[in-house]
Amino acid sequence: MPRIGIFICHCGSNIAGTVDIEKSIEAARGFPGVVHVDEYRYLCSELGQDLIKKAIEEHNLDRVVVGTCSPRMHEVTFRKAVTEAGLNPYLLEVANIREHCSWVHKDIEKATPKAIALLRAAAAKAALNDPLVAPSVEVEKRALVIGGGIAGIQAALDIAEAGYIVDVVEREPSIGGRMAQLEKTFPTLDCSACILTPKMVEVAQHPNVSLLTYSEVEEVKGFVGQFDVKIKQKARYVDPVKCTGCGICYEKCPAKTPSEFEMGLAKRKAIYVPFPQAVPNIPVIDRDACLYFRKGRCQICAQECPPQAIDYEQQDQIIERRYGAIIVATGFDQMNPSHYGEYGYGQHPDILTGLEFERLFNASGPTGGKVVRLSDGKPPKKVVFIQCVGSRDKARGMNYCSKICCMYTAKQAILLKEKVPDAKSYVFYIDVRTAGKGYEEFQRRAAEEYDVAYLRGQVGKIFPESDHLMVHGVDSLSGKTIEIKADMVVLAVASVARADAPEVGRLVGINSDSYNFFNEAHPKLKPVETHTAGIFIAGACQAPKDIPETVAQASAAAVKVVGLLSKDMLQGEACTAEVNQAECSGCLYCEAVCPYSAISPVEIEERYHGGTLKRTVVEVNPTLCHGCGSCTVVCRSGTINLKGFSNEQILAEVDAICLQR
Amino acid sequence: MSAALNETSADWEPLVVAFCCNWCSYAGGDLAGTSRMSYPANVKVIRVPCCGRMNPMFVLRAFQRGADGVLVAGCHPGDCHYSTGNYHGRRRLSAFKRLFEFAGFEPERFEVRWISSSEGDKFAEEMETMTAKIKALGPNRKMRDARWQSVTQSK
Ligand SMILES: Cc1cc2nc3c(=O)[nH]c(=O)nc-3n(C[C@H](O)[C@H](O)[C@H](O)COP(=O)(O)OP(=O)(O)OC[C@H]3O[C@@H](n4cnc5c(N)ncnc54)[C@H](O)[C@@H]3O)c2cc1C
Repeated sequence: MPRIGIFICHCGSNIAGTVDIEKSIEAARGFPGVVHVDEYRYLCSELGQDLIKKAIEEHNLDRVVVGTCSPRMHEVTFRKAVTEAGLNPYLLEVANIREHCSWVHKDIEKATPKAIALLRAAAAKAALNDPLVAPSVEVEKRALVIGGGIAGIQAALDIAEAGYIVDVVEREPSIGGRMAQLEKTFPTLDCSACILTPKMVEVAQHPNVSLLTYSEVEEVKGFVGQFDVKIKQKARYVDPVKCTGCGICYEKCPAKTPSEFEMGLAKRKAIYVPFPQAVPNIPVIDRDACLYFRKGRCQICAQECPPQAIDYEQQDQIIERRYGAIIVATGFDQMNPSHYGEYGYGQHPDILTGLEFERLFNASGPTGGKVVRLSDGKPPKKVVFIQCVGSRDKARGMNYCSKICCMYTAKQAILLKEKVPDAKSYVFYIDVRTAGKGYEEFQRRAAEEYDVAYLRGQVGKIFPESDHLMVHGVDSLSGKTIEIKADMVVLAVASVARADAPEVGRLVGINSDSYNFFNEAHPKLKPVETHTAGIFIAGACQAPKDIPETVAQASAAAVKVVGLLSKDMLQGEACTAEVNQAECSGCLYCEAVCPYSAISPVEIEERYHGGTLKRTVVEVNPTLCHGCGSCTVVCRSGTINLKGFSNEQILAEVDAICLQR
Repeated sequence: MSAALNETSADWEPLVVAFCCNWCSYAGGDLAGTSRMSYPANVKVIRVPCCGRMNPMFVLRAFQRGADGVLVAGCHPGDCHYSTGNYHGRRRLSAFKRLFEFAGFEPERFEVRWISSSEGDKFAEEMETMTAKIKALGPNRKMRDARWQSVTQSK
């Protein structure tokens, strides 16, 4: 039989004003297992806590019930108090007789029996409480960042600056991400490379950072504090130690292929760095384009390389490391708008996406920084921008707003006017959305000072006519049809999740929304956490976002990682699921409903009729379990229970509350 | 026996058991308190981590023990602290409610509601509505376990 002590708080008159304390004490004395009942004006005060501690000793109490405010308020306080008196903190129960009773009922005749019922339920539950211990895990003081765009770079720098070791895994030969492809950046028009390149160099040179470029994560095992990760570093066929980055190899290389960085608008060599400011400035050989790998002859790069850094024998390498925490910062893609037949993308060289158009401004871009038509090399005099191509389009695209397009379109229209002063821009839009510091002003400037015509409405058809593109649209404000004889059309296509995002999500164990953007743990209060402890997200892999937002999120994720790595041991959740494997039937329903991948099948051996029998049952990893209890309900054999909220405890509360009947 | 317990008397009072998830609805109940709203004392709350933790057996037990109405309250769909718990809860408990009707028990005695931690007013309203509804329905005679009653009355 447990020895329960019950302590009722007056909370000044907050409780005592509407709950008859004397009557409650009387009733509490009669609850099963109760050996001591006391009261105090303010139980949460130091004197109140001392009263509890003393009573635990004097009356040899092994369970404590406090009738106080909400457990969400002071459960921690009282747990600490009982721990100081030598009890396990989970042997305490709180009866919420303030928020759920004295504050919501005015009639003492009604509030008192209810308070008694709540106390009785808490005592009934407490009688079944077990001492619980939160599992502890040693923390590996090294972080992994997947993706080396501005999000990954910022996060890595912040972690490194806080004094922790961090590895950045980037799939491409260089870090930089999409921001490296941009010309100037709204709303201040600073040049993207000028603000990005120093950060790329800083992260590469930071003593706490290792860059693993041209690499991909192959496997993630383990849990918060101890993720065991396999990384494949693809062969560059260039020795990174010998290479000086002189660039003679790609100057001399005779094989050309479309450049991914230029989205196919220009060519690169088979041995290449994706863009001039690449970090690391070490080329890679693209096997599929290289004459030596394809046909066995050439080797010009090897002959020309002064430090003899070319190594055709180099192999992919697998790196295995343990990390305490992981940040996923894999960024976003641009939708291919080919299925919007009316816009004719892919059928005419002067119909471009926003990102392609952006490259025309760049001095190292496909046109050397001249804004000209790709069809005939002439500067465009009339450019039509079409917004929401694939965004806010339930039928053929994405439901969501891609958020950055209104702003980069205004930016591109301004830049166009600066490069081609007699150019005129037209923007077809549904709504202009420019929330953000300095954003509205920026877009206004485009409209007012740069003579950009904003037309609310849609484009129904674009077709080439002699050397022009005829754009047919409707101005939905005036109801008039509009025809523009354009030189160029720029489509603000939807920002979408990376094609391999679902695969990356599965690999690291985080989930995505219906568009394959990674899900945060809470849409408001946990924007960079995921449902897997120790894994965080940052940047445009979570949703379309601009650079300021991306950077803010990256720093937020870094802080979470630093907080985690600053601990030597992690305390997990004590109220976790537990399974009785002897009774488990191995149906695995629990595994399917667990949001945290905390349940996994294992094979056990059992004695059976003199022999041994192998069968599948489940095991719960207490460090991954968050204690939601979903598994307990689907369990066919009723053999998974939740510590701290067990079936028996909840049923005991039900019984106790219904006792008045 | 007091008047409140005497189900033949005019001032019979129903017992409503409300299972509330810790993160949203229980906190919504706390807010109703801190905002000094009021709702009938007939409602008694049991805290569960998530409405996905709600085993229908808890609901059945409450009815067997004489509860006249049972309410389960959780986070709004999409806002679950455990990401998917309330989706499981929603599916499971709505199927369970249909089973009630099938078994000849008034399904109105059992309700599922979404109440966020910022909806103290909604919490109070739902408790008020539920109590009034159960009061109109009258006592739960069908599900109550007579043996349990005799045990408790001897106490
Ligand atoms: C046309 C256009 C113009 C824009 N103009 C502006 C502007 O003016 N101002 C502004 O604030 N924002 C602008 N943006 C938005 C800006 O590009 C993004 O906010 C920013 O790039 C997001 O950074 P990120 O690091 O999250 O993603 P990304 O830049 O996409 O970087 C992700 C990185 O992760 C790598 N990666 C992906 N998958 C993996 C994997 N599985 N393993 C390893 N590595 C991987 C990628 O190679 C990439 O390097 C513009 C965007 C577009 C499309």
